[in-house]
Amino acid sequence: MDLSYGEAAEAFRAEVRAFLSLHWPPPSDTRGSDLKAFIRTFRALATGEGYLYRAIPKRYGGSEQPVDVIKAQVIREEFTRARAPMEVGGNGMNMTVPTLLEKGTEEQKELFIRKTVEGDYVWGQGYSEPGSGSDLASVRTKGELSVDGKKWIINGQKIWTSQGMQATHMFMLVRTEPDAPKHDGITYLLIDLDQPGVTRRPIRQMTGEEGDHTFCEFFFDNAETPVSWQVGERGQGWYVSRTTLKHERASIGGADGLGRQFAKLVDLAKEVGRIDDPVVRDKLTQIEGSVLSHRYSSYRIFSCAAAGEDPGPVALMMKLLLTEIGHEMALLAQDLIGEHGFVEPAGAGGRGNRGPRGPEKWLDQIMGSLGNSIAGGASNIQRNIIGERGLGLPRDLAMSGER
Amino acid sequence: MHFHLTGEQQAIQDAVRGTLADSWPMERIHAFADGDADFDQQSWAALMALGLGGMLAPDSGMGLLDAALVCEVAGEAAAAGPLIGQLLTVAAVAASPHDYLRNPFPGESRGPEGKGDLAKWGPAFVGEQSVLAALASGETVATLVHGGSGYVPSARAADLFLIVDRATGVRLVPAAEATIEPVKAADRTRPMSKVAIADGAGETLFAAADPMTARLADAALVLVAADALGGAQKVTDMSVAYAKEREQFGQPIGRFQGLKHQLAHMALDVEPARALVWYAAYAWDAGLPDAPRAAAMAKAHLCDIYVRATRAAIAAHGGIGYTWEYGLHYWFRRAMADRVWLGSPAEHRARAAALAGW
Repeated sequence: MDLSYGEAAEAFRAEVRAFLSLHWPPPSDTRGSDLKAFIRTFRALATGEGYLYRAIPKRYGGSEQPVDVIKAQVIREEFTRARAPMEVGGNGMNMTVPTLLEKGTEEQKELFIRKTVEGDYVWGQGYSEPGSGSDLASVRTKGELSVDGKKWIINGQKIWTSQGMQATHMFMLVRTEPDAPKHDGITYLLIDLDQPGVTRRPIRQMTGEEGDHTFCEFFFDNAETPVSWQVGERGQGWYVSRTTLKHERASIGGADGLGRQFAKLVDLAKEVGRIDDPVVRDKLTQIEGSVLSHRYSSYRIFSCAAAGEDPGPVALMMKLLLTEIGHEMALLAQDLIGEHGFVEPAGAGGRGNRGPRGPEKWLDQIMGSLGNSIAGGASNIQRNIIGERGLGLPRDLAMSGER
Repeated sequence: MHFHLTGEQQAIQDAVRGTLADSWPMERIHAFADGDADFDQQSWAALMALGLGGMLAPDSGMGLLDAALVCEVAGEAAAAGPLIGQLLTVAAVAASPHDYLRNPFPGESRGPEGKGDLAKWGPAFVGEQSVLAALASGETVATLVHGGSGYVPSARAADLFLIVDRATGVRLVPAAEATIEPVKAADRTRPMSKVAIADGAGETLFAAADPMTARLADAALVLVAADALGGAQKVTDMSVAYAKEREQFGQPIGRFQGLKHQLAHMALDVEPARALVWYAAYAWDAGLPDAPRAAAMAKAHLCDIYVRATRAAIAAHGGIGYTWEYGLHYWFRRAMADRVWLGSPAEHRARAAALAGW
C-alpha cells in the first residue's frame, strides 16, 4: 500500500500551484462587482488550464478532460489550500448538467449548460413534496399539456429546495400520466422560476435558521414551461432523474471535514477542562475509531476509483457511517458543554459573522447531526440500500415494485 | 495512491482460505473443541506448507499487512494453532542480535563458545537447520506470552515461548523452562494454558527500551485486530446467508426490515473498520510515527466490533444460533478471547489517548 499520489501527480501539483500563485488571490482592495468579475475571469482561466469543469465538453464551456481522479483530487487540494474558488457548486452542476449531458436535447444543452457553468443560472431541485419524501415516485404535482400542446401547465407543491431563494430555474418531477403505474407516469421538466404562477417561501428550520439561504417550499399555480424543456420522453422522468454525476466523484474531502470536526470536539473537551476525565478520553477514542475507519475507507474507495476497480459495499455505507458518527459526536458534545447547553448560541444554525461564541455553539452541530439523518436519503433508506444492494437481502414486499 | 488489496494479496487470502476450509469444516471444529488437544498438527502443517511461517522474516518480501491478511482468514475459519505467536517469533528472532539463532550448527552441538548458552535450547535445536529456519518452516512451534506470564494458546504444543512485554522486553524461552498448567478454555478453538516463566529464563532478544520491543507489541495488536476482523466478517456473512434462506410468515426473514436493518448495521460496523486494520498494518510496515497509536486503535475498535457482531449474529439466527451444533458460539467465544487478549479495548483506548498527547 502507498498513500502518496505518485511522481506524476506531484509534478502536476507543482503546475497547479504555479498557476494559482500567478492568478490568485485578487488584489486586496478588490470588492463587490470587481471581485465578482475577478472570480469569473479566474474560473475561465482555470478552465482553460483544464482544472475546472473537467467533465463538460468545451463547446458548453467546460474543459473536457479525460477522467483522472488523482488529478481531480490534487486540484481540489491545491485550490482549497489557496482558498481559490472552484466550480460553481449546487444542484445545477451536480444534477442538471450531468442529466442534460446524458439525456438532454441539443437545444437544451445549448440553452442551459454554459449559463449554469458560468453561474448565471442557479437550479433548485423540485423532487420532494409534502406527501412524497422517501417514496419519491409518489409525487403528485401535476403537469397537463396546454390546449395547443406546446406548454406544460404545472400545479402542485415542492419542498426542501436548497438555494431556493437564489434559484432562477428548477428541474422537477411532475405527474403527467395519472393512470400509469407510479414510476411510469412522471415527466422530468425544466422550468423558469421567474413567472407569476410560482410562489416561493423559505422554511424556518428547527435550528431557528431562516432567511435567504435556507431551504424553500414552492407553490405552482398554473405555472408554465415549454414542451421543448421536457428532458427525455414523457412518462420516463423517473428514469431520467436516476442519471447522476459519476465523473471523478470519488474524493476524500468528506473525510477531511469529519476529521476537522473531531479535532474540534477534542478541543472542546480541553476548553471545558474535561480532557483528563478517563470517561471522556474513552468516549473520544471510541468515536475516533469510527472517524478513522471513515477516513481510511475513503482512501480505499478513492484508490479503487483511481484504479478503475469496484470498492464493493463499503461505498454504500459512507453516508450512514458519517451520519451515525455525527450522532455520537453530538451526544458527547452535549455532555461536554454542560450548562452552556442552556444558552441558545448567537445566530444559531446561521451563517456569516456571528461574533464570539462559547461552547454553546455546539448546538449547531448537535441539531445539524439530525438533519444528516434525513437529507440526501434518510437513514432507514440507507439501511435498506446496504441490506438490499450491499448484502443482497430480498426487497421489502411493500416496495418490491420499486426500482 | 494505492490503498486497496493487490491481486497477489487477494490470491494469498484465497489460498489460505481454501486450505483452512479443508482443515476446519464444522465437524472438525466440533471434534477439536470436544477433544483435549491444544494444537492440530495436520492443519498447522498445511498452513506452514504455504510458507506462511516466514512472512515476517526480512527476506520474505512481505510485511505485517500480508501477515494481517492471513490472520484475518484464520479468524474467519476460527483456526486452531498459535499463528500470531509463530509470525512474531520469526520477526523477533530475525531482527535479534543473536546470530546463533539464525545460523545452522551442524553436528552434535549447536556451537562454539561465545554463541550463547546452547545447552538450554535442548536437543530439538541441534542440527542442520537454524532455529530461525525451523520456525519459518513451522517445524518448531512458537507461541506468544503477553507480559511475563499468563494465559497462552497452544502452550502444550509449543517448543518456544516468545515473551513480549513493554515493561521488561522480549525474551525467547524454551518450553522446558516454562511451567504449563492447562485450563479448560472458554475459547474452544484456541485452548489455553496458564504459563509461568521464571525471570531470566531463556534468552533476551530485546531490552524494554529497544524500539523493537514496542514494535513487536504493536504488531501483535494489529494481528489480533485482523483475527477479529475476519471473525466479525464471517458471522456477518453467516447471518446474511441464514436470513436469505430461513423462512417465517411465508417469506425469507431477511425481507423484514427489522432484521434487514440489524444486518445492515453489522455490515456497517465491520466493513469500514477493515481499512482501520489495513492502515495500522501499513503504518507499521512503513514505520510511520502514528503506527503505535494506529495499532492500539485497531485492536480496541475491532475487538469491540467482533463482540458486537457475534452477539448480533446469534440474535439474528434465533434458536439455531443458540445451539452448540450450529457452531456460532465458537466465534462468539473467540471474540471474547480476542477482546481480552493483550489488553482490553478500554486499556488500548487509554493508551491511544495518551499517545495523542491529550
